[in-house]
Amino acid sequence: MSRLIRMDSTGHSTLAEWSAEDQAGYEAAVEAFRRELDEGYIGVLDEGEGRATQVRDLPKDADLVIMRRPIAGG
Amino acid sequence: MAAPGYPVAEEGPEPVLPEVANVYWRPRASADSLHRRGRLWTAWMVAVTVPFALAGGTLIALAPLSFPVAIMALVHAWVIPELYAFRGAGVVRSKRREEGRSERVAQGLLGDLLGHDARELQRETGLAMERGKLGVWLVGEAGALLVAPGGRRVHCFCVGVNDGELPPSDKIAHLLLALRTDEEGFATVANHAFAGAPWRVRRRLDRPMRPALNLARKSASYTAAA
Repeated sequence: MSRLIRMDSTGHSTLAEWSAEDQAGYEAAVEAFRRELDEGYIGVLDEGEGRATQVRDLPKDADLVIMRRPIAGG
Repeated sequence: MAAPGYPVAEEGPEPVLPEVANVYWRPRASADSLHRRGRLWTAWMVAVTVPFALAGGTLIALAPLSFPVAIMALVHAWVIPELYAFRGAGVVRSKRREEGRSERVAQGLLGDLLGHDARELQRETGLAMERGKLGVWLVGEAGALLVAPGGRRVHCFCVGVNDGELPPSDKIAHLLLALRTDEEGFATVANHAFAGAPWRVRRRLDRPMRPALNLARKSASYTAAA
């Protein structure tokens, strides 16, 4: 089961879940993903072992996509 | 460019952190630029401490009765680098607060992002250790320390996510994911606060965080020697 989550004040919120066979679930996840991008969030696919990739489209086969806020120098 | 002795990322287009666009005027950070910046900090420390130390020593030698003034000069030579180090270590100083449910949830996600050893270290010290091309990073809530290859210099970066409602572990996870996406971009976006000897920064860290710096320093030394 793939998951789209957003880091927020609750720790994190699950925005959508889908599986490879579940096209409707994936489309709903894509919609949620785009909504978050419009809100200024950045989509990140953590690949483990110190690697992560920014994603602009929701990968269907990803296990976990995390939405994060932009960072800035303090 | 990777520091000597550090693994170079596999070939391919370099990923760019989107936040880099907000600091377009800054040259992209690299191992070379950080090394230069570290040397500049060393030169600056020498420039602000040596004259005071020399003045103090000379006064005592030429006019022993002027020792109160000489002592003041020597105190200046000691205090100025300490103040800079205090500012540097402050980037990872955590704000004490009650651990609520949101923090426990965030801690779970951060734990999933970290490996076993880094997870344990983060729970004990509050700092997440991450090895990169530029050295060994210790990521806190509102900043990060970078131990340069060889372990003889620490760079202090002030960087964070502008959302006061996020639990501390989520703030660390934000920085960790950005760092993993584009390490040099991360070092470009972050504000460089200080660079100096690890012992100087270590003295100014909160006591529970010190083992993390020891470990990062050891790790940076091993890799540089490899």
